[in-house]
Amino acid sequence: MAMVHATINGISVAVEAGTTILEAAKKIHVNIPTLCYHEDLAVKAVCRICVVEIAGMKLMQTACSYPVSEGMVIYTDSPKVLKARKTILELILAHHQQNCLSCAKNGSCELQNLAAELNMSHALHFDPETTNFPIDDSSPSIVRDPNKCIQCRRCLEVCNTIQTVGVLSVEGRGHDSKICPPYGKQMVDTACVNCGQCLQVCPVGAITLHDNEDRYMAAREAGKTMVVQIAPSVRTTIAEALGEEVGTVSTGRLVSALKILGFQYVLDTDFSADLTIMEEGTELLQRIQNGGTLPMITSCCPGWVKFCETFYSHETEHLSTAKSPQQMFGAIIKTYFAQKLKLEPGNIFSVSIMPCTAKKFECARPEMHASGYRDVDLALTVLELARMIRATGINFAELPETPFDQPFGTGSGAGEIFAATGGVMEAALRTVYEIVTGKTLEKLEFTAVRGVEGVKETSVDLGGTVVKVAVAHGLGNARKIMDAVARGKSEYHFIEIMACPGGCIGGGGNPTRSWQKVRQRTAAVYEQEKELPIRKSHENPAIKEIYHEFLPGPCSRKSERLLHTHYINRQDIL
Amino acid sequence: MEQMKVLLRNQGKPDMEDAKAYIATGGYDGLKRALEMDGAEIIEELKKSGLRGRGGAGFPTWLKLKFAFDTESAEKYIVCNADEGEPGTNKDRVLMSCDPHSLLEGMVIAGRAIGAHVGYIYLRAEYPQVRPILQRAIDSAYTCHALGKHIFGSDFEFDISIRSGAGAYVCGEETALFESIEGKRGEPRYKPPFPGVHGLFGKPTALNNVETLANISHIFRNGAIWFAGIGTKGSTGTKLFTVAGNVAHRGVYEFPMGINLKALIYENCGGIADGKGLLAVQTGGSSGPFIRPDQIDIPLDIDFVAASGGRLGCGTVFVIDDSNCILDIVRNTQDFFAYESCGQCTPCREGTIRVAQIVDKICRGDGSMVDVRALQELIDMLRVAPLCGLGHSSAVPIASVLQNFMPEVEKHLDGDACVWCNTQKGGRS
Ligand SMILES: Cc1cc2nc3c(=O)[nH]c(=O)nc-3n(C[C@H](O)[C@H](O)[C@H](O)COP(=O)(O)O)c2cc1C
Ligand code: SF4
Repeated sequence: MAMVHATINGISVAVEAGTTILEAAKKIHVNIPTLCYHEDLAVKAVCRICVVEIAGMKLMQTACSYPVSEGMVIYTDSPKVLKARKTILELILAHHQQNCLSCAKNGSCELQNLAAELNMSHALHFDPETTNFPIDDSSPSIVRDPNKCIQCRRCLEVCNTIQTVGVLSVEGRGHDSKICPPYGKQMVDTACVNCGQCLQVCPVGAITLHDNEDRYMAAREAGKTMVVQIAPSVRTTIAEALGEEVGTVSTGRLVSALKILGFQYVLDTDFSADLTIMEEGTELLQRIQNGGTLPMITSCCPGWVKFCETFYSHETEHLSTAKSPQQMFGAIIKTYFAQKLKLEPGNIFSVSIMPCTAKKFECARPEMHASGYRDVDLALTVLELARMIRATGINFAELPETPFDQPFGTGSGAGEIFAATGGVMEAALRTVYEIVTGKTLEKLEFTAVRGVEGVKETSVDLGGTVVKVAVAHGLGNARKIMDAVARGKSEYHFIEIMACPGGCIGGGGNPTRSWQKVRQRTAAVYEQEKELPIRKSHENPAIKEIYHEFLPGPCSRKSERLLHTHYINRQDIL
Repeated sequence: MEQMKVLLRNQGKPDMEDAKAYIATGGYDGLKRALEMDGAEIIEELKKSGLRGRGGAGFPTWLKLKFAFDTESAEKYIVCNADEGEPGTNKDRVLMSCDPHSLLEGMVIAGRAIGAHVGYIYLRAEYPQVRPILQRAIDSAYTCHALGKHIFGSDFEFDISIRSGAGAYVCGEETALFESIEGKRGEPRYKPPFPGVHGLFGKPTALNNVETLANISHIFRNGAIWFAGIGTKGSTGTKLFTVAGNVAHRGVYEFPMGINLKALIYENCGGIADGKGLLAVQTGGSSGPFIRPDQIDIPLDIDFVAASGGRLGCGTVFVIDDSNCILDIVRNTQDFFAYESCGQCTPCREGTIRVAQIVDKICRGDGSMVDVRALQELIDMLRVAPLCGLGHSSAVPIASVLQNFMPEVEKHLDGDACVWCNTQKGGRS
């Protein structure tokens, strides 16, 4: 690649041709403020905060979009640039609600940070002119406050291009333009799959989490028996949410924190992930043996399930009937667990801590009451838990390690890797291989299904039967596989699909994502999984116990009733 | 000065939609000549002619074609900008109506130059009456082998079809126009990449104004030397001027480049209507500056007008008589920009509305020097920071009023309400 040479604020820099001014500036540690720019998304160049001066040009150019060329002389700090930038920022602020202190994004808002960075320490030169659109909290997962939107358009790309759900668009023109679902629809009436990827990229408080902390508080006050399960990926992202290094695994401290927060029983969703493998793996084998619908597709991701019900409504028979780990656990907690511990199931308040905003939608699905009660009463995200920990005054960094409560405090490594894309597939293969062949798997790692590539595939020889599998994450990638399934042209037997890019570890309920962080988190997941004593679902003693004591076997009638579900045609939403 | 009818040479003649009638006037001779040349030679000829864009910026046409010529691609496009969205401008409509084949011919030659085989005419949605004229001309050109495969027996092929948008002003901006043709919301793209590299459908594209393209056909019929001999050194050829507002004889006129503005108004257009005096003239469309009567003794030449802080733009001359108030006029213009901003980028979305609000405040007599300073801050930012040309030139009108009509502005400040402004509706109310 040809190199080009330029100067930025008098400092020389040599970069590959095609490098943007922003990237070049980073190289020499010159900081250019940005707002609509996001490292994982396409350049939009619409906020214009990153404008810079280039010698010989009348117009300023946006550093995020403009490529460096040979001999270019760039100024990012001239009075002209600083003034233009500040005027732009003032214009944004003057059209923005001034209620930062009661905003969910207070302290983590990119606009707030920018205002501080650019020294907005004086009264605005323009009369504040805020809008008064209704706040849309109709979705169980996200809240949209159009009054705070700065029209950076990141959410548009995420929803329309990456997730291909297409709920958000620009309406109106000029000063009246706004980002919203079409035809004045409420979020709940749209095809939104609740993945929360939009809130992950919203720089301000325009799209935030639908916070349900109040419901936890109410249950606690009402003296309910507080039971909580924590999803595989949560132990890898909660510390990050509380300001620790990305990829810090804090399982024991997390249990301690939840105890302080009033949960009598802290259980590990890794266990029910193992249970899912037993049920789903058995279902797969039955489908293969009995000529059932193939490919079978995983159903543990509620964002994906709703996407399938909506956009591929005729393909839902491909979905495994197995419930997600969250919902399986919910059903078990209010039945077997309650019996075992002699608890009144009606008095149990069953909470899950999830990396996922769609889990809120899933646990509210009407059919999820196999136990005779709401299987899971409340799904909270990592973001909410972090707020609760902070607000309670818990010094998370200094907490001691506490083990999970038993009997369901034991999970296998296979359950643990559900956190990352390819994890469910790998866990299933570990178990299915050993069950079918009766042999011990030499190498547990199926690396072909790991990693960030959008669609991954491999095949496994199950003692004569070659099983072809595929993994997709991000719904745009899911479409690539599903279009073939819908045409009857898919050759796979088993497919794992996760709505969020990167899988649950990149889920919408986590601290703010970037691909780099998702990679680090994923590495941490696999790193610690290697060290776990049990790494296959079927070898988890708690699993053996439940099939011994409570369930006659995977896919038995009792399992079907408690641990399996059915799907709905949601085509009409479109 | 006498009008010089080149572009309008067939005005008033019957059946000019018919390719045969056009050919009878020497039409398509230019194309036949161009078919003997290769792309580089055509571009060289255009360079010699000195032709510059008639759509606004006055960009050398040969250079624009060269960008697309230099980019390797099996697919390239010629796009004709017939969006004519400038308020009060209708020279493209007149040209397309009276001599549609001159446009088609120019497009084919441009296609030949860059190696494109498809051309689109992006026609202003509010010109439904022009569409059948253009369509009949296109059909007739196919019949006479001026379009389609084997044009005039050569191995060159070229197709033209018409597209229309939904009527937003910003769709006249080249990249917004591409988005609109592609079926998306008409919003400008950031540049680079430029259209010559990444244009319509991501392919190298040359986009030109109707008048620019029509000029190409005349250049090839009469020769680059002939064309370069008309007009001024830096602005060759003739130019269509739409003279609008309070003049006795409004209309579209064709003159050699460099005609004197004052002479145009007073000699060719019969001066100010109803015997009134002249208040101001706006050149170059709604994003052009307002100048005072003592500033109009200037040649209408692209570089001269630019050097004096204005722009020739699409050649619109908007004449305002002294029964108006300049603040009310500029209020109207700034409302236009606030209304037409696509809203994509912050400076323009948030800035144009603020400019309009402050100008209105001044009109109502509620303004002060503090507001004038806020305006200046916005003007400085808008000139350099927005994403597209609409934003960049959106504050030119008010900037020119602050510069050329400051005494008028001061009369409105600090409670001195202007009776005229307050009785006018104002664009936004
Ligand atoms: C907001 C905006 C509106 C425009 N509208 C038109 C138009 O209606 N017609 C036109 O020919 N050019 C228009 N232009 C200029 C075009 O972007 C482009 O520069 C021109 O069509 C190029 O053709 P030319 O080189 O032949 O002048 C507009 C530019 C902007 C920024
Ligand atoms: S300058 Fe105005 S019209 Fe152009 S992109 Fe920005 S908002 Fe849209």
